[in-house]
Amino acid sequence: MTALTAAAPTLEVRNLQTHFFTRAGVVKAVDDVSFSVGRGKVLGLVGESGSGKTVTGFSILGLVDEPGRIVGGSILFHGQDLAKQSEEQMRQLRGNRIAMIFQDPMMTLNPVLRIDTQMIETVQAHTKVSKEEARQRARDTLGMVGIPSPDERLKSYPHQFSGGMRQRVAIAIALLHRPELIVADEPTTALDVTIQAQILAEVQKLCAETGTAMIWITHDLSVVAGLADDIAVMYAGKVVEKGEVAPVLDMPLHPYTAGLIGSVPSRNKRGEPLKQIPGMTPNVMRLPPGCAFRTRCAYATEVCKQEVPFGEVAPGREVRCFHPLFPAKQGEAA
Amino acid sequence: MSTPIIELKGVSKRFSKKLDFAGKILQRLGAPVRDETVHAVDGVDLTVNKGEVVGLVGESGCGKSTLGRMVAGIMPASDGTIRWHGKELAELTGSEGRRAKLQTQMIFQDPMSSLNPRIRVADIIGEAPLVHGLTKRSEYDGYVDEQMRRAGMDPTLKRRYPHQFSGGQRQRIGIARALAVQPEFIVCDESVAALDVSIQAQILNLFMDLRRDLNLTYLFISHDLGVVEHLSDRVVIMYLGRVVEEAPSEEIFARPNHPYTQALLSEVPRIDARKKSFAGVKGEIPSPLNPPPGCHFHPRCPFAFDRCKVERPMLKTVASGHRSACHLNDKVA
Repeated sequence: MTALTAAAPTLEVRNLQTHFFTRAGVVKAVDDVSFSVGRGKVLGLVGESGSGKTVTGFSILGLVDEPGRIVGGSILFHGQDLAKQSEEQMRQLRGNRIAMIFQDPMMTLNPVLRIDTQMIETVQAHTKVSKEEARQRARDTLGMVGIPSPDERLKSYPHQFSGGMRQRVAIAIALLHRPELIVADEPTTALDVTIQAQILAEVQKLCAETGTAMIWITHDLSVVAGLADDIAVMYAGKVVEKGEVAPVLDMPLHPYTAGLIGSVPSRNKRGEPLKQIPGMTPNVMRLPPGCAFRTRCAYATEVCKQEVPFGEVAPGREVRCFHPLFPAKQGEAA
Repeated sequence: MSTPIIELKGVSKRFSKKLDFAGKILQRLGAPVRDETVHAVDGVDLTVNKGEVVGLVGESGCGKSTLGRMVAGIMPASDGTIRWHGKELAELTGSEGRRAKLQTQMIFQDPMSSLNPRIRVADIIGEAPLVHGLTKRSEYDGYVDEQMRRAGMDPTLKRRYPHQFSGGQRQRIGIARALAVQPEFIVCDESVAALDVSIQAQILNLFMDLRRDLNLTYLFISHDLGVVEHLSDRVVIMYLGRVVEEAPSEEIFARPNHPYTQALLSEVPRIDARKKSFAGVKGEIPSPLNPPPGCHFHPRCPFAFDRCKVERPMLKTVASGHRSACHLNDKVA
């Protein structure tokens, strides 16, 4: 039994498919994605641009716009399928029991409204409380995410905050209703290192204290290494590898995961060439049949042209590959 | 030691916003408005020797890009001297001045905004060498092909426009353009920051190959300590317009001296660190419009004492080739 399957998870995504029906053809942005997150756990959803990680996050929140549509699979939130909820039911959940944090808080905060207006509105959207109580709650939450003198800051406009503070405000808004699940889409990518560390510290504390489950969408493996419990690696709309953080990063089984880890510059390999992945991310509109990674993969064979099943190849290790890199093979490659 | 390629002494750059007409009237009427001046770069000394890769690290607004631009000769310095091969850059004129400019090239962060969208790739790369007489009309095509191949691109794509390429390919065009005029010194300003990890690795490898093949010297500006550590021989750390520490790569990552460097290093997420508890230096980066007096870092520094609030610490040698600007070093001694 792994941590992934133990206890009833807060969220379980099964074989999710979100396709975009554009004039130029069907874009399978998310095509067979499965994972689950438990109470107080952090799942790192990692992938490069265009791998479908953001669309996965949007699908969970029911934010996929036309011409996109969830065409298959289920998103079970405490056993309730979010993919089948009406728009009204999703409204009740969004911002209340499920919240999202976006990459750029300047885009998600309303520039012409003060922070208190925006926060009170959010509180009152889901609970019947007086304005004064709502303000109280807003102030407490701002304090919780480490904003100094929250009383005064409530009266500020978004542009009066620095980037890091703005992201804290966005996180505070997400936390107003003590959600059971937070989907965070690249929330620290635009921030400086010292500010990123502050935000990560707050997030770690909050998850541990409130038992909120978190999906942390990022391209940065190093952040996931330090923050997450589990990791799911996406490539061209599919999860290619999934497991607990330490085993996946220490001994990646999918060649793409291995390539990604090899691409990160680090202390151990100073001056040596990085283990780069040849070629570039494929166009999701024209994916090769079978394994989408095979054109860039050193281990690809004839069999890779067939549809690759996603399954457990070792205890707690799920991989979508015909040739998982077990240690013997990795030694061979090195 | 031969003369360094570039040597900066006490270089500063100030940007000021003069009061407009309405502002002047307000000032006359006694309103507390005045010219605003940003000290983007404040008295920086920097030396880059032939064949060296110097990493310049800092957070947003610390003046690292401005410094890079002054080194590349795109922007004049407000104060101080920049010497190129021992000669003062500002005083070079005519052919020598042109040569100095050609020998130093810059590669930018966002290739989309640094490549002219209406010019074909072949001309983006080939225009400058043709103007400077490095190639002739008759050899033009061959010359461009060679530059593209060297940057890892397929020369058959040269009739295309920049928007027809992916981010990584566009960055290669930027590299090919910079190398086409046969420079000896390249200033890379966050050149890999916008790229995906796997593409970033390809470009970093290309930088290293080119360095070996063409004996290039780099000033590598980045906020990403991992990238800088991987590439650089020497690292310079900036904070709010000043250099706070400089040392050889191994030295600075093993024995950081300045509290800011220590904080920066301890907070960089690393792929080999599991379930790390992030701590975070307290506070925000102050506005460069109104930097704190004394040591710029003192409001956030856990070790700050009275002297830090009034006196600016100077760079002092703490070990061989290792200089740090912190009053704590005097205290210990």
